[in-house]
Amino acid sequence: IQAQFNVTVRDALNQAMDEELERDERVFLLGEEVAQYDGAYKVSRGLWKKYGDKRIIDTPISEMGFAGIAVGAAMAGLRPICEFMTFNFSMQAIDQVINSAAKTCYMSAGLQAVPIVFRGPNGASAGVAAQHSQCFAAWYAHCPGLKVVSPWNSEDAKGLLKSSIRDDNPVVFLENELLYGVPFEMSEEAQSKDFTIPIGKAKVERAGSHITLVSHSRYVGHCLDAAAVLAKEGIECEVINLRTIRPMDVESIEASVMKTNHLVTVEGGWPQFGVGAEICARIMEGSAFNYLDSPVTRVTGVDIPMPYAKILEDHSLPQIKDIIFSVKKTLNV
Amino acid sequence: EYEPSHIYLNRAVSAGAAAVVSARTYADFTNEATFEIKKCDTFKLDEGPATQVVMTRDEGLQYYRTMQTMRRMELKADQLYKQKIIRGFCHLYDGQEACAVGIEAAINLSDHLITAYRAHGYTYTRGGTVKKIMAELTGRRGGIAKGKGGSMHMYCKHFYGGNGIVGAQVPLGAGVALACKYQGNSELCVCLYGDGAANQGQIFETYNMAALWKLPVIFICENNGYGMGTSVERAAASTDYFKRGEFIPGVRVDGMDVLCVREASRFAADYCRSGKGPILMELQTYRYHGHSMSDPGVSYRTREEIQEVRSKSDPISMLKDRMLSNNMASVEELKEIDVEVRKEIEDAAQFATTDPEPPLEDLCNHIFHNNPPLEVRGTNPWSKLKSVS
Repeated sequence: IQAQFNVTVRDALNQAMDEELERDERVFLLGEEVAQYDGAYKVSRGLWKKYGDKRIIDTPISEMGFAGIAVGAAMAGLRPICEFMTFNFSMQAIDQVINSAAKTCYMSAGLQAVPIVFRGPNGASAGVAAQHSQCFAAWYAHCPGLKVVSPWNSEDAKGLLKSSIRDDNPVVFLENELLYGVPFEMSEEAQSKDFTIPIGKAKVERAGSHITLVSHSRYVGHCLDAAAVLAKEGIECEVINLRTIRPMDVESIEASVMKTNHLVTVEGGWPQFGVGAEICARIMEGSAFNYLDSPVTRVTGVDIPMPYAKILEDHSLPQIKDIIFSVKKTLNV
Repeated sequence: EYEPSHIYLNRAVSAGAAAVVSARTYADFTNEATFEIKKCDTFKLDEGPATQVVMTRDEGLQYYRTMQTMRRMELKADQLYKQKIIRGFCHLYDGQEACAVGIEAAINLSDHLITAYRAHGYTYTRGGTVKKIMAELTGRRGGIAKGKGGSMHMYCKHFYGGNGIVGAQVPLGAGVALACKYQGNSELCVCLYGDGAANQGQIFETYNMAALWKLPVIFICENNGYGMGTSVERAAASTDYFKRGEFIPGVRVDGMDVLCVREASRFAADYCRSGKGPILMELQTYRYHGHSMSDPGVSYRTREEIQEVRSKSDPISMLKDRMLSNNMASVEELKEIDVEVRKEIEDAAQFATTDPEPPLEDLCNHIFHNNPPLEVRGTNPWSKLKSVS
């Protein structure tokens, strides 16, 4: 029996960066407040004290500029971690992420690699309103040349961030602010400095035979909570944690659907052109389609800018009861 | 990979050529001469680049050959474009040769350089061959980017393109400089942009960070008077581009004179390497062609203006006159270089028009570096394509 430790997502991310900074002197972190403030959300706490000004760099409020600087540094042989205080601010810099980072290896026919990680909180927080609540999974996952990772628990966070930093390609690493403070069990294996989780592989968090729930980030937890409630009514949900949005592990979803014959996708982002929409299309195009007993159901954020008032905000995002309702509708029970 | 056959250190080539061509012996020519060049306007600097400079015969011949090669290469590209063998965007550099050649003469190949889309000349001075550049323009497998990049996306060692988004290359260049400082290697980054790009916000963000962190970057504004069809007076509240760095010292340079550019670049490189941080150079230059091949270039400026620059300020003519009037080369010798250059361009064009296009198997390759093979969706669900690094 392995010893289990409770580690918050924040600490897991911190550990990942600390270990990778120690392992490879080309790795460095830049972003707003990452150094002396210990990170706007304290994710980089203690790193500046340990590694100093050269490797933990506070930037001015210049997203386009510092994202471009990070990409240039990656082109010249370093391995930057570029933090966006939230991914909402990455929109200012999105040209550097897509046109300078993502496309360069291809345009140069492999001559110029860009080993960079763009990380930061993504999606809704609590009460931060419309301009600070957008989910960018679909936007970034649309683009070839990027890998897009979306961890849920602490093991995900640590293992995937380490893999992302070791990857020689641009990775968009979508964290979730509401998960930072949540503790999760972390196995002893995950405590190892060499523990990594491969990018591009989903994980079955809960086995089930009646219906497949696919989700990423915070809503994996919602799916597991819904599954626990549904189990009491005799409905066994298989819950898949995508872990990576791009490249998406469609094979794992298909294998599950071929077993359960029903699929519900759950995400915080808006419905149109989103992660769930992509899953629907891929399932239709693949071998699992013929195993579906009903159309795929998407559970998503409401198709509106995020409102402020708590009652409105609560009703803008998938709740556990929405997942339960959607499962029952899909199963026609 | 590249074959830097024209590196400035390779003196044997030019000396050999002179010996073959000329009936006069090597000893008949003046080996070096001192030239008086234009004084540069400076900004926040106590002193500027030297106004008396020495050029050797070897240097002159190299600059001449390189500029002539760039000139003829661009003119050949013009021809191929009109024949529809080159497609898409093609931004030609003829007229501006002294900038690329002068800069390269002042730095090392171990330094770094990045520019925007008017990049064929820099690809050459940084070590790309004419053959590979032209084959990239024609989209063939022998192109410097295997035909995947095209005119605006050429790369070679310590040359980061070729960038299509106006201004985006400037933060990238500062990032390269950050890597130089981080690695402690005394290298610097030359980071070029045009008068049009000079108004981009991200450039000012970059000035701030470069100065704050004392990054070893030389910002160079190639001011050719026009951002596409918009003259500098119509685009900028201040056309003193060498002052736009505000807290970054600046130099304004005659970009048509290769010695001016070289001297100013040496001055800037010394400044940078001494750890003082960034410096800004404005090169006043001129492009004979329009913005790109789809712009005739005469709707926003007169043919007379273009002709006047050609007759009074052409960088190649200026260098030629200097060398001839100082007995540093003979007319025949320079003509021989012209003949050699023409042949090199013809051979390259021949290659560029006959080399096959990239194989379809290459379509999805090079998306990632150092990655296991992956499957890429084609145009329809049954089309599953293979991608390797």
